[in-house]
Order: sequence, then structure tokens, then C-alpha cells
Amino acid sequence: MSAILSVEQVGVRFGGLVAIADLHFDVREGEIVSLIGPNGAGKTTAFNVMTGFLKPSQGEVRFRGTGLTDLQPHEITRLGLARTFQRTSVFPDDTVFDNVMIGLHRQGAQSRRAPLLDALIGRAGASERRLRARAEALLDWVGLSERAGEKAGALAYGEQRLVGVALALATEPAMLLLDEPVSGMNASETQVFVSLIRQIRERGITVLLVEHDMPMVMEVSDRILVLNYGRLIAEGPPDRIRSDPAVIEAYLGQGKAARQAAAEVQEPAHA
Amino acid sequence: MSRLLPLALLTSLVALPLALGSNPYLLNALITTGILTIAAMSLNLLLGFTGQLSLGHIAFFGIGAYVSALTSLGFDVEIGFGTRIVHEPWPAAVGFLLAILAAGACGYLIGRLSFRVRGAYFVIVTVSFAEVVRLVALNWVELTQGPLALTNIPVIALGAPGLGSWTLKTKLQNYYLVLAVGTLCYVIIARLVGSRFGRAMRGLKENESLALSVGINAARTLTVATVISAAMAGAAGSLYAHYLRIIDPDVFQFATTVTIVIMVVAGGKGTLMGPVVGGLIFGLLPVVLRPVMAPEAQWMIYGIVLIAILFVMPKGIVPGIAGLFARLRAARAVPVLEASPAVPR
Repeated sequence: MSAILSVEQVGVRFGGLVAIADLHFDVREGEIVSLIGPNGAGKTTAFNVMTGFLKPSQGEVRFRGTGLTDLQPHEITRLGLARTFQRTSVFPDDTVFDNVMIGLHRQGAQSRRAPLLDALIGRAGASERRLRARAEALLDWVGLSERAGEKAGALAYGEQRLVGVALALATEPAMLLLDEPVSGMNASETQVFVSLIRQIRERGITVLLVEHDMPMVMEVSDRILVLNYGRLIAEGPPDRIRSDPAVIEAYLGQGKAARQAAAEVQEPAHA
Repeated sequence: MSRLLPLALLTSLVALPLALGSNPYLLNALITTGILTIAAMSLNLLLGFTGQLSLGHIAFFGIGAYVSALTSLGFDVEIGFGTRIVHEPWPAAVGFLLAILAAGACGYLIGRLSFRVRGAYFVIVTVSFAEVVRLVALNWVELTQGPLALTNIPVIALGAPGLGSWTLKTKLQNYYLVLAVGTLCYVIIARLVGSRFGRAMRGLKENESLALSVGINAARTLTVATVISAAMAGAAGSLYAHYLRIIDPDVFQFATTVTIVIMVVAGGKGTLMGPVVGGLIFGLLPVVLRPVMAPEAQWMIYGIVLIAILFVMPKGIVPGIAGLFARLRAARAVPVLEASPAVPR
């Protein structure tokens, strides 16, 4: 399969601080890829570069062959690359339903040449009804139909994440970037989310996620990329990453206790 | 409910002159209040729905007033290099349309800037813009008469070829003109806010990064909102010029901007009815107070009323009352749901 997203020798520096150094990887169409690494490894920075919120100091990100460096975030979304956010994934003062309606912004534009005029003379009725039906379907799909009338800001953390996913899916992306989607979720919520990610892939959407929850990452990913101090230190399927010495060192350090802990992780049967 | 209330208000405003008779003092107060309320509605579109505070909103109002006045008065002005621009007077109704266009064009410039500068910087840009425009009006005496004021501004005449024209001379006629323009502005804002464009504005205000990530173009949305807002303020300015028939650079007074902001904030920014309610209260308060107290005391009452409103209802009158109704409804619903006797609160 061909690469849908290519990160080509991307570097990001904030003054003297190197947040990302020479990052280079591809994501192929239809894959579920995880980007992991200790806190401060540059994962979210990498996300921000890919979605246009940060300009790289060097290198380029290509999405389906288009260079993203000169594009604004909303233009990148229109190319079919959507994202969710780590903390604030909703429009807090609107209802869950209206959140998704805001997310369907691009869908309202396609068939209309003068949507603003249509709104003023009240001709937008048909396309509005179509959008409302789409919003209902999306909420149903992520399992939030019963919350449709509630203020998004008042939802539980895990549910806000689901709203964020519905918002991203509303843009009809070809690829979805999820920034720590299950942090703050309990085990059963995480399981639901894992199956949601798989369903997203079944819709033909490529998924790249940043996540700290290792069991979840190992379970869902086809391939894992490990970042430390802004560099890619390992890459491969979950089994290989689990036993990679460089990864263990990055996560646990080099002390005696760390080596013991690493041994326990690798051979849980002996512990 | 949300549709009935504005309709009821509109009906009573239409009927009001019948009840009052043609009391010129009250009608005058209602007309100026109405004009300021239109300005407040236009500011609310920016402040309430995009979250951008324009503290120079009076600039658009004043530009509308001057453009409209100059279009209908005509002018003869030298612009350097020996070139003179001579403009013969056009009908005031044309001035009204040009005022909307000119103010909208200025709104476009400020809106493009707002793409780069937000928050406090946007406030500074708008304040500076208003001050620059005021200084132009004050010092370009050949065009604007400076502090001597533009006088004898013709009144607006509505008409169509073949039907004859209808000159808006009386206060009553002006009252209905202002009411009609105000209603039109209200409907336009209501339509916008309920549309896809309104959702884009709300999205940008609530969570800009997320709004960008769902494909909303921040620059375009904010620019369009500023253009529409400025054009409405320009329309209000034009009404003001043709009603008072005299304008001087004092229309750019910062105090007027503050009054408009107070109307929006006290009434409830980000609500359709907020600026209307706020506008009526703070526009008519001086009328109510004038017979009973001295002007200095009036201003103190003005301040006390504002503080009291924001103390009791921090989000403004309209959201405050809506919240009160919601709580009442919830309180009534609880005993029905639960069999146990409700604890009085």
C-alpha cells in the first residue's frame, strides 16, 4: 500500500530547544499507527506540525502527495486530514448536537455557491435538514445519541473525547490523528474506544494516534513509532517494540531497578 | 417563546406612538434610543458572537453619518496636485446606501487586521482607528467643516419613480423608519446566527483550535462578521445624520462607544434580544429620570443600575431571566418526578 502521510526529515526548534530532530516516517493507507514516547518526547509537537498548527523549522510533511508546510490548519482539514485534541476536544457552551453541527461546517459548503445569502433569505432549509440528519447519524455512531441535548462542556471526560471524535469524523477525513484519546478513561471505556478505532479503520480511514496507555497501544496498533528527545528511536510491530532495548531504556532508564522492571515486563510468567 | 417575545416587543413598539400620542419629546428619545440600539445590535454581532471587542465601533457609525451627510449635501474639495473633487448632492436615500457600503468597506480593513491581532490588540486597533477617523473629521475642514459641523443635512425621502416620493419629515415617520431598519437588522442577525455561518462564529469563539481543525476559516469568518457589523453601524449612523440634520466630530465620542458596549453587556452579549433590551433600558433611563433629578444624579443612577444588573445577572439581563425561567421550570418538574415532598429552597 502507498503512503498516505509522509513526514520527511522534519525538525522543530523553539529557540535553542530541539523539540523534534530529523523525524522521518511514513504512514500507509489503512494502517493504525501509534506514536509513543515518554513525556516531552515531542509527540504532540509532531501532531501540531502535521496539522498546520506549527510550522516545521526544517523538512516537510506530505499528505497524499501534497506538501502541508504552507497550508493553514483549516486548509489541511479540507484535504482530508483531521485531528482531535488532548485536552479541549469540544465546544463547551454548545450542546453535543450543535457541536457536531459545527463540525459539519465543510459539508454545508460543497453544494452551495452562496451559503451566506441562502441563510439570509431562508433558502438553506434543505441543506440544514441534511446536515441535521448527518449529525444524528454521527452521534449515533459514536454512541452519544442520548447526550445530544446536553452541554458538551458538562459531559464526562471520556464522553467529551467521543464528541471530539465525532467532530473530526464530521469533516469526512481520509486520515485521523488522535491525540491521547483514552487518557483519563477507565478500562471499560478504553475497550469501547479500541473497538471504535477499529471501526474507524473499517470505514477506510487511516489512524495515527499518540497515546500513553501501553496495553491499549499494543492491542490496537499495526505498527508503533517510538520517539525520545525528538528522535525516532524504534519502529515496528507491537511485539518487536515490546522487547526493543532502546525503548525499554527510554521509558525506564538504565538503573538496576529499571533492568529488573524491564525483565518483568518481558517475562511476566516468571514474576 | 424565543420567537414570540421579539414579535410581542415589535408589536408593542409599532403601537407605542398610538398610545403616546405625538409627544415630540418622547418620540425623540425613542428615535435616538432606536438608533443606538441598532448600533448595539451591530456591536453584539462582533462582541457577543465572535468574542472580539471593538472599542472603536463608533467609527463605523460616524463614517456612516458623514458619508451619508456628504453624499446628500455635496462637496467641493481639493485633494492635492491641483485636483478638485466636486460632488453634486444626491438623494439622502442614496447616501444611506453609500453609508452602509463605506462603513462595510472600513469593516473589511479592520476585519482583515483582526485575523492577525486578537483580544487586547484588536481592541487597541479599533480604538486607534476611531481616533484617526475622528481627527480626520475634525481637521479636514474643507470637507467636513470640522467643529463647525455639517448642517442642513436633508431628510431621507423614500419613493419610486411614478409613485411619487415620501419625505420623512416628522418625528413619527422617523420613528417608523428607525423601527423598520432595526427590525431588518434584527432579522438579518437572527438568520446569520442560526445558520452555518453562525455556527462557525460560535465555534471560533468557544474553541478556536478545534474550529480550525474542523475546517472553519477563521480569517474569512471574522472578516465577514466585521463587515456586516460595520455596515449595520454605518446604517445607524446614516439614520442619525438625517434625523438630527447636523453632525460634528463629536459623533466619534468614545463615550458613545462605551454606552453601546454597556447596552450589549447589560442586556446580554451573545443573545439576540440582549442588545435590544439593554438598548431600551439604558436609552430610555435618562427620559424616565429627567423629571425627577438633576443630570449629575442621573449619571450616578445610570451607573448604579448597571452595577446592580451585572451583580444580580452577571451574563446580562436576557440570559439571567432565561436562566431564572429554566430554574423555575426545573423546580416545578422535580416534585412530579420524585414522590417525596420537595424541600423548599
